[in-house]
Amino acid sequence: MTKKQRRTVQVVVKEVTLIIITIVMLLPILLSITMSFETPPEVFTYPPRIFPNTFYLGNYVNAFNSIKLGRLLINSLIMSVIIVVGKTVFGILAGYAFANFKFKGSAFLFALLFVTIFMPADMIMIVPLYKLMVNFHWLNTYWALTVPFTASATSVFLMRQYFLTIPKELEDAARIDGASSMRYLTRILIPLSKTMIGSVIVINFVYAWNFYLWPLVVINSNSMQTAQIGLQMLMITGATRNWGIITAGTIIVLAPVLILFFAVQNLFVQGIVTTGLKE
Amino acid sequence: MILSRKWIPYLLLAPTFLIISVFIYYPAYQSFFMSLYKVSPFGTSSRFVGFENFLQLFQSGGFIQSVYTTLIFVIVTVGIGLVISLLLAVLLNDKIPGIGIFRTLLFSPYAVSPAVAGVLWAFLLSPVSGYVSYLFLIVLKIQPQWLTTYPLALIAVMIATIWQNIGFNVIFFLAGLQSIPQSYYEAATIDGANAVNKFFRITIPLLSPIIFFLIIMNISSSVFYSFAAINVMTEGGPSNTTTTMMYEVYRERFFYFNNGAASSESVILILIMAFFTYLYFKFGQKAVHYQ
Repeated sequence: MTKKQRRTVQVVVKEVTLIIITIVMLLPILLSITMSFETPPEVFTYPPRIFPNTFYLGNYVNAFNSIKLGRLLINSLIMSVIIVVGKTVFGILAGYAFANFKFKGSAFLFALLFVTIFMPADMIMIVPLYKLMVNFHWLNTYWALTVPFTASATSVFLMRQYFLTIPKELEDAARIDGASSMRYLTRILIPLSKTMIGSVIVINFVYAWNFYLWPLVVINSNSMQTAQIGLQMLMITGATRNWGIITAGTIIVLAPVLILFFAVQNLFVQGIVTTGLKE
Repeated sequence: MILSRKWIPYLLLAPTFLIISVFIYYPAYQSFFMSLYKVSPFGTSSRFVGFENFLQLFQSGGFIQSVYTTLIFVIVTVGIGLVISLLLAVLLNDKIPGIGIFRTLLFSPYAVSPAVAGVLWAFLLSPVSGYVSYLFLIVLKIQPQWLTTYPLALIAVMIATIWQNIGFNVIFFLAGLQSIPQSYYEAATIDGANAVNKFFRITIPLLSPIIFFLIIMNISSSVFYSFAAINVMTEGGPSNTTTTMMYEVYRERFFYFNNGAASSESVILILIMAFFTYLYFKFGQKAVHYQ
């Protein structure tokens, strides 16, 4: 075999390996998609069949009807958008402070913020935070779903990291031209940081969309609940589990974030990788 | 109004610190405080009991079992998850046609929520419609009851958790691998190193800061975010064998209305995560080899 032939064989082996691995890794999603199109008799056939005979949409209709999934999706969307706006705006402001200003206590405040970076408040603080919601009379409201999570160390960190890469000369020049600090931020820094802001937005959107324990405990009316909890509702609906309906519901809940991920994958990757960078 | 430049940074930080103070620092303080009190189930009265809640925890079988379950759960999911992810990243770190598509597809479990991962695997492992269960029947001639017997239920939740974490880990590992200069490998090849040698002598050491970061991130996600998968797959059963510490907090607080116990359990979780945060800041600060 010539060197070129050997290289071709190598590439083919690698391609085949990757195709097999990718299919295996994505089987949980692929098999759920095919299951979601099976008719009720097909769903309960044993042995289970992989491909449905028809393109049956009834499971999707049933998923929407049995648990008001439409409403739950709207709730998830409202919750996610508010959290994203909060974390992004506050992240930009605080990131700007840490990256572009020298001020008393800056190192201390930075450390104070960063001790929270591995502490998911929606989980670890569940007991006292729940008590706080009771005291605020926020149970069963969008307030409870959103306000506590409108700021986070991660978003501040991402913005700060990015602002630090923008040359200081730009700020000096803007100041000589008489631009105020806020003008520099809104007219120069933010337009230059569009991709990182995009990353912060999409990462926080996935984070908020995937919230679970928090809505489970602070919401107890079905019409205020979020889509993720809808999955648990589907799992416990009915005497026997109808996997046709459950997988249809799961695909609906998964689709928005999966499509977002495929659409702007580089934004995700950039943001995720930056969280691991140190100062 | 002209603001002195001196005050601007504090104003910029105000919203973030306001939110974090009210919804993280104050609750953290409250956790410590509440863990020292006994509160009646409807919150009508409370009395100071010192460390009694903690002493009771360590005497209660439920808590000890949840610690044990969490430990096994974390070691297995983080260990196996990182090994699989690193191998996938090595495969993806290649310039062959279509590699971009493979990367996108193998990154995509990142978008899958723990609850969705739990449902997907509950489906694959279910006795009637589950393809994986059927595979076990035709290949191994056994029909395991995945979600209702010990230790299979724990293994099932572990599988869902490992699978769900892979996207995030692969993204990181691949970024790390791409930052290792090709010249290192070329030099090693000239010196006669084989692929295994290169992997353990070059790749692993240069990736160590990323591995360290991912270990902490994965511990955090296994301890906390696995909750949703457990909730949809097993609800902590059978006989509490999938009840992790986080699940135990939830149960104590929202099923048994045992505020004191739940608070002391969260305090222990906070302390554990504080310890890992400390480790991270102490040892994780060494330069990361990107670029």
